[in-house]
Amino acid sequence: LRLIYTTTAVQRKSVGASGPEKYTEAFIKKQIEEFNLGKRHLANMMGEDPETFTQEDIDRAIAYLFPSGLFDKQARPMMKHPTEIFPEQRKIQWGEDGRPFHFLFYTGKQSYYSLMHETYEKVLNVQKHQDQLTDQDQPSQKEKKNLAGSRWLTKIELEEMLLEKLSDNDYLRFIQLLQKLVTLPCGDIEEKYIQKFSKEVPAQLQKVVIEPLKYNEQGVAFSTGEGMRKTARATAVVYDNGTGKVTVNGIDILHYFPVLQDREQLLFPFQFLDRVGKHDMVCTVSGGGRSAQAGAIRLASAKALRSFVTEKEVEFMRQAGLLTVDPRVKERKKPGQEGARRKFTWKKR
Amino acid sequence: DDKLLSEPLGHPDYFNVKELFSLKDLFDARVHLGHKKGCRHRFMEPYIFGCRLDQDIIDLDQTMQHLQLALNFTAHIAYRKGIILFISRKRQFCHLVESTARECGEYAHTRYWQGGLLTNAHIQFGSGVRLPDLIIFLSSLNNVFEPHVAIRDAAKMNIPTVGVVDTNCNPCLITYPIPGNDDSPTAMELYCKLFKMAIIRAKDKRKQSEVFDELQ
Repeated sequence: LRLIYTTTAVQRKSVGASGPEKYTEAFIKKQIEEFNLGKRHLANMMGEDPETFTQEDIDRAIAYLFPSGLFDKQARPMMKHPTEIFPEQRKIQWGEDGRPFHFLFYTGKQSYYSLMHETYEKVLNVQKHQDQLTDQDQPSQKEKKNLAGSRWLTKIELEEMLLEKLSDNDYLRFIQLLQKLVTLPCGDIEEKYIQKFSKEVPAQLQKVVIEPLKYNEQGVAFSTGEGMRKTARATAVVYDNGTGKVTVNGIDILHYFPVLQDREQLLFPFQFLDRVGKHDMVCTVSGGGRSAQAGAIRLASAKALRSFVTEKEVEFMRQAGLLTVDPRVKERKKPGQEGARRKFTWKKR
Repeated sequence: DDKLLSEPLGHPDYFNVKELFSLKDLFDARVHLGHKKGCRHRFMEPYIFGCRLDQDIIDLDQTMQHLQLALNFTAHIAYRKGIILFISRKRQFCHLVESTARECGEYAHTRYWQGGLLTNAHIQFGSGVRLPDLIIFLSSLNNVFEPHVAIRDAAKMNIPTVGVVDTNCNPCLITYPIPGNDDSPTAMELYCKLFKMAIIRAKDKRKQSEVFDELQ
């Protein structure tokens, strides 16, 4: 038998990869102390009071001291409280003698299953209450809760609440159980519990407010509107009791827009509302090209005309597409192609 | 400390579990009712008293003996501060079993059994985890009427098992089988009550003995 000389590296047993790094409580405490010290140093550096140095001041100071041109905001240098940086983690689930703390520990998903257990208990309570009421011959109360203004928590929010990964089926089951609880006649008893899992949906789409007409010194009604198309930005002021005169950047439209197509674009909103010769318009426009400026002024004038016109006609204008911003912009050129869509000439050999 | 642990082992029924139940209680809770003749498992034939109108009737005398042994064993495990895990895959009694476990201070698992819970525990839970010292099956079949995976896994990990076996179950790998009905609500409530009382009695006795020793 020959002695085989090997290095100590070979003799080491291969250990399986452990999961994501676990932060101990002592480590997080140290991080918090360092953060507070650093906050005071930063305040001294910036010449401000360390006692009243808020997170916004910290962000501004860091942005000033370490300017960065990176696009991703998350990649720039930041200084935040450790609880925001280090994700919340589960501490060790069992005590010194080895007995786990939670009675559902051996299921694997203890928080989720304990949640299901509690919710089912509430359902049983409600059913018992209902039975008691029917025993006493009292009619069950029927007060419908307004479900339109609230939504259930999403799967991600529930995962954050429970600090555990859920599967789609688990989430669906939980939502079904909650809905069952809500639809039972005496579900109002458990309203507090249900409110923990429902969120209010914010108010509906902001209704576009049509500004009222303004009157200038001569008593003539006018209104303003803004419009954009590609890179052109325009503002238009439409006056009442006019002859149909239109001025763009101080120049008459016949001189500013020699092409008929552009002038037709400007005319379209007035033509649509049968008010061709009734209004005067003064506009300013910058950026873009000939056609883009025309489109921008068209949108601006249509927006201004909303104040002169009934709501029905505003709806007609919206359906005609006069009030929508044209989203088309120049598409970027991609590498490996000659333009945005055009590819290089394909050669068979 | 040694005397504390070895003293109960001398008595045949240190925790007096016999008085917790009687034959009449078992009969009233319909523990003797089994499944139909066609569902009968071959290894359950010794425990069956007879068959009436195609329905198997379980021999309650044998059930009494097995139940007494099982409760005694559970009480001893609880006295020695072991971890007890209740398992039942019956949806009707899931809430009951979990509440029983919570009230005893022990653990329950009435949900879908993930493959490596016992055999792959150190990777699934963490490195220093302690496995259960006793597993109690309140219904030894899973939702597809096959033997529960935990029976086999407990046998692999040398964990003793106590289980209520119905006429369609396989009592082979269970260390302390209890032939009896696992489908009626009354029967399940009776079992839960018995196990809970046995465990609580054992824990109280342990506390008393410890206090007694400290006083001396």
